[in-house]
Amino acid sequence: MTAIYAPALNISPRLAKNVRRNVKERVIEFILMLAALSATFTTFAIVAILVYESLGFFKTVSLVEFFTGTEWTPLFEDAHYGIMPLIAGTLTTSAVALLVAVPIGTIAAIYLSEFASHKVREIVKPILELLVGVPTVVFGFFALLFVTPLLQKIYPDLPGFNMLSAGIVMGVMIIPYIASVAEDAMRAVPMSMREGSYAMGATRFQTALRVVTPAAISGIVAAYILAISRAVGETMVVAVAAGQQPNLTFNPVDSAATITAYIVQVAMGDLPHGSVGYQSIFAAGLVLFAMTLIFNIIGHIVRKKYREQY
Amino acid sequence: MANTQMQASVLTNLTEVRAMIKRHKRNDIIFAVIGLIALMIGLLTLLTLFIDLVRNGYPRFNAEFFMNFPSRRAGSAGLLSAWVGSILVLLVTFITAVPMGIGAGLYLEEYAAKNWFSDLIEINVSNLAGVPSIIYGLLALGLFVYGLDLGQSILTAGLTLGLLILPIVIVSTRESIRAIPVAIREAAYAVGATKWQVVKDHVVKYSQGGILTGVIIGMSRAIGETAPIITIGALTFIAFLPPSPVTEVAPYINFEWLSSGFTVLPIQMFNWLSRPDHAFHINAAATGAIIIVVTLLMNGTAIWLRYRIRKNIKW
Repeated sequence: MTAIYAPALNISPRLAKNVRRNVKERVIEFILMLAALSATFTTFAIVAILVYESLGFFKTVSLVEFFTGTEWTPLFEDAHYGIMPLIAGTLTTSAVALLVAVPIGTIAAIYLSEFASHKVREIVKPILELLVGVPTVVFGFFALLFVTPLLQKIYPDLPGFNMLSAGIVMGVMIIPYIASVAEDAMRAVPMSMREGSYAMGATRFQTALRVVTPAAISGIVAAYILAISRAVGETMVVAVAAGQQPNLTFNPVDSAATITAYIVQVAMGDLPHGSVGYQSIFAAGLVLFAMTLIFNIIGHIVRKKYREQY
Repeated sequence: MANTQMQASVLTNLTEVRAMIKRHKRNDIIFAVIGLIALMIGLLTLLTLFIDLVRNGYPRFNAEFFMNFPSRRAGSAGLLSAWVGSILVLLVTFITAVPMGIGAGLYLEEYAAKNWFSDLIEINVSNLAGVPSIIYGLLALGLFVYGLDLGQSILTAGLTLGLLILPIVIVSTRESIRAIPVAIREAAYAVGATKWQVVKDHVVKYSQGGILTGVIIGMSRAIGETAPIITIGALTFIAFLPPSPVTEVAPYINFEWLSSGFTVLPIQMFNWLSRPDHAFHINAAATGAIIIVVTLLMNGTAIWLRYRIRKNIKW
């Protein structure tokens, strides 16, 4: 902290040591600050790269065509650049995932927070964490070669690539995430509120449903919003199991590409650097980044709000 | 007359109330069962997934599978270039992400003043944790592959995954540092330690278990990440090994491997999975089982480690 005010004359060895020490301290602090700045650098680099390459893309494609066009065929001779089909695919798979994950995740969170004994919680939470750790490409295998054949037994017309099985598997992947964020919110509800409810003769279920859940609702909603962001950005499951053809449909039993699946598909090919096709993945990436950023920001704002209440 | 009527109504009320209590207690039990089932869905999926992979992939669990290069014939295709590639890429990731992540965590917790500057960094860290991994792939494609002209190399992939797991390392570092009481730092300052001495001899020392947990979780995430590596264009047929990092002649260390082409385990799995021929799906299943075992072992170690730390350390 102290600046280097060593007198120029008659400097004692001890003082000289102090000076050296101060310099060393400053250098170390500077290095650590650079490490911390790497996070800021990464964010700026992401935005800069996405915007820069997208600007090249929007020189050939108008914004109007990009956002209103209903065909996405940048790799064809007759190229069309309407992002709508990719967004439709992304929203459909995410919707299926949320339909699976929201009810199951919420029930699991209520159970973990209000019903489970300490012992059950100690066992179950690590297992849920393990589930989060499983690589997504493995879940892609599961969707394509296990869930799809299973669903085809119930619904024989289901195509081999479909958004339904990709969405379901993605939903199962997101369950632990919703469960843990929502549980955190519910555990933050003060015990006195539960005790008040029990004192009135309410049961656990009534307390959970009518006291704890409403009190923690913003945290639970934040969990859902953050989960949407995860589903929208999920790549490997949809790239493997949902299909590669952009298809403007909201019907989950169809095959369709998502934004992420499109990026994967292009990256697998050999597109020359600087071509419109190459730039198109950055434009698609920019849309994806904007979507997840918006959901993340809303989620964090909603989440912060509940923290201030108690 | 009125009295008996009142008594009767109290009685029916009482039976009604008892019925209601019974109903509500039953609801409690019903919900507890539903809750357990909801929890089991995750566990059962994990179990089914693993059994399915092993059931499909078991014919390939032999030494040959690990010692062969990928091939056009599914039966003789192997994982050699993939697991060697994975190890080398992770080496780069470890060397870049761990010091940077720990350094950033130390700076934010111990050094940074609470102002707009530290707020900015903090917002960035939590924002980065929510950025989809494929976006990191686009960053790497624009910045590392073409911007810095590093090509589709091990170095590019390692740096990309390094940036990807940076938030994980930073967050876990900060959390474990925060658990150390201020009194420890004050005691060290009181005997004349400088800030860096406090940090390196006390803060880092007491939080190393927690930091290690974060590093393991981050590395296990890096092993399984597929999307960013596909995005940098690394989905190619690799039937060779990168040059060895260690040589027999001086200076014994060789950096050519950094610029070599490569493949990694999840990429190899995706490659086999996206072929229509079912014989390749068997290879994909075997690879998936291997990836799951490795990541579960790493995550399991991390969780166990954290559990032990929480149990043993009482300030």
